[in-house]
Amino acid sequence: MSDSHELEHSIEAHTDELLPDPGLPEHHWRPTDVDPRAERRAERQVATFFGLSVLCTVLFVVFYVTLRTGINGQKIIGLGASNVALGLTLGGAFLFIGIGVIQWARKLMADVELVEERHPASSSAEDRSATLAALQAGLEESGIARRPLIRNTLIGSVGLLIAPAVVMLRDLGPLPGDKLKHTVWTKNMRVVRDVVGTPIRPSDLEIGDLVNAEPEIIFGTSDGQPLPEGQVLEGADLQVAKAKAATVLLRMDPADIVSDVTRNWSIDGIVAYSKICTHVGCPISLNERTTHHLLCPCHQSTFDLADSGKVIFGPAGRHLPQLPIGVDSEGYIVALSDYPEPVGPSFWERDTKSPSEIADEWSKENGQ
Amino acid sequence: MVRLLNRSVGRLSRHRRGPLAGLVLLLLGLALSGGLYAVFSPSSSAETAQDQAAMAAKGRQLFLVSCAFCHGQNAEGLTSKDGKLIGPSLVGVGAASVDFQVGTGRMPMVQPGAQVQKKKNVFSQTEIDELAAYVASLAPGPAIPSEKDYSTAGMTDAEKQEAIVRGGQIFLTNCTACHNFTGEGGAMPRGGYAPKLLDTDPKYIYEAMLTGPQSMDTFSNGNITPEEKKDVIAYIESMKKQPGYGGFGLGGLGPVSEGLFAWVGGLGVMVAFAVWIAAHTTRTKKKKGTAQ
Repeated sequence: MSDSHELEHSIEAHTDELLPDPGLPEHHWRPTDVDPRAERRAERQVATFFGLSVLCTVLFVVFYVTLRTGINGQKIIGLGASNVALGLTLGGAFLFIGIGVIQWARKLMADVELVEERHPASSSAEDRSATLAALQAGLEESGIARRPLIRNTLIGSVGLLIAPAVVMLRDLGPLPGDKLKHTVWTKNMRVVRDVVGTPIRPSDLEIGDLVNAEPEIIFGTSDGQPLPEGQVLEGADLQVAKAKAATVLLRMDPADIVSDVTRNWSIDGIVAYSKICTHVGCPISLNERTTHHLLCPCHQSTFDLADSGKVIFGPAGRHLPQLPIGVDSEGYIVALSDYPEPVGPSFWERDTKSPSEIADEWSKENGQ
Repeated sequence: MVRLLNRSVGRLSRHRRGPLAGLVLLLLGLALSGGLYAVFSPSSSAETAQDQAAMAAKGRQLFLVSCAFCHGQNAEGLTSKDGKLIGPSLVGVGAASVDFQVGTGRMPMVQPGAQVQKKKNVFSQTEIDELAAYVASLAPGPAIPSEKDYSTAGMTDAEKQEAIVRGGQIFLTNCTACHNFTGEGGAMPRGGYAPKLLDTDPKYIYEAMLTGPQSMDTFSNGNITPEEKKDVIAYIESMKKQPGYGGFGLGGLGPVSEGLFAWVGGLGVMVAFAVWIAAHTTRTKKKKGTAQ
């Protein structure tokens, strides 16, 4: 006993000798603390920064009133003068207040060193045992363990409260139904140029021509004649229809086409594909004429238009849907049907089929 | 003199009702109209044809010196032994293609690569026209557009505004995928890029649409009509004059260049500022009250 005590004591004595408490280092003052001239200079600096902020704010108001904006506004180094002036002055106004405050704190505010001791993160042992005791007492007083009938009905009633949430969420809107599987393309609808809405003859296009196209119904006509009042798409319906039905038409050398499906659904090397990327639905028309690769600018998914829109690079999981096209009695390019498969990104109920399976099903349905 | 003329006219006039007068008049009329026709119409077309032929002949000489090494002595195109393309055939590419490629300095090409670089053009316009005439003589193709095809000079302000609006829609639908909605151009697969349109001459924009240089799609007159092409050029010209209301474009690449600037430039300045704030202030060895 005494031995161990002696040992402990000797170790203590030893460590005391090795690590004497160094204490805090001597405090060196800042020049502004000891030199009144430096102090006054710092004071002037801080005030100057605040003054510059005032100047910037005044200039902001002046520029706001005097500089013209819009198409005929003044310009400075190729930028709109008003935006540049307002940005610089308001930015300066905030910046100079910030710099002034920092300078004030660094040069003039109290310069003392503080020691803050850390304290443990957990509560004290008394607090913890008191809390546990209170919880236990509550459980016993309520008698939840002794009365299973009350406990079970409580769990049941709370659990059933999910039903109102389901009913209300369900009522937010109708289910999409089969809308995701169809576009406004129908049999014999003309393929027209986007923006101008003019129909296209195969002879209009040279090898290498890329046309951004839409179905004719988007422009309110059918075979060149205006549609009756009720059938014209308008507003949100028009935008939805346009976004889903967007199509690219590309004329390539017929000898370049690799896939039989692509060849069957083309005319003289003209192929039509959905313009909506199968990854997350960006519009794609970044085509390389020399390779027939259509590239999505969002995530670089690349589709081979000579080979059933096969994905050859990037994150897209499905090939690009091809639109079967033909020619009507007036010689204009028309769709032979809607897209044989859903366009755009994947969704829960979407099935996965190869282009040849889709083409076989399409041939059966359309009797060709 | 006058009397002599009068006398001979009078002598002629005596025969005006003679049996042969009608025939003589008919022959005279035929000879005159045929002569006039010979003087004006065929000779002029013969001259331009000769002109074209002469230009093409001169162009062929230039072609043999500057282009034949890759495109072949008859512009038929060359491939290497293992089937790699050295220079494509120029049969049917048309004069517009030659004017674009040579006029912007892309051809003659210095070295093969992902993208043919634009550089200083070393040919005079006359030489380019001769080269173009030679290539156009091989097979029909798009001709060099004339200034009235792409210039908006003759339009009234209202017409110009309409053209800009129409052209803007066509541009946003057909051109932005590669050339960016600001016309700044953008990256293409395998090291290529779509060039900036804002410093491109309207004539070359028109020719590029017609001919589809490198991996660009063609926008032939059957695809985008000549009037629509003019509208697109009017829109691009209007973009050139737009000041940058949103500040510097930084290449118009969106998050790439703006993010780089914000992270390196913006955050860099803030970090430097924070370091300065937290740095030790100057200290002195002097004690309080001992100064002066």
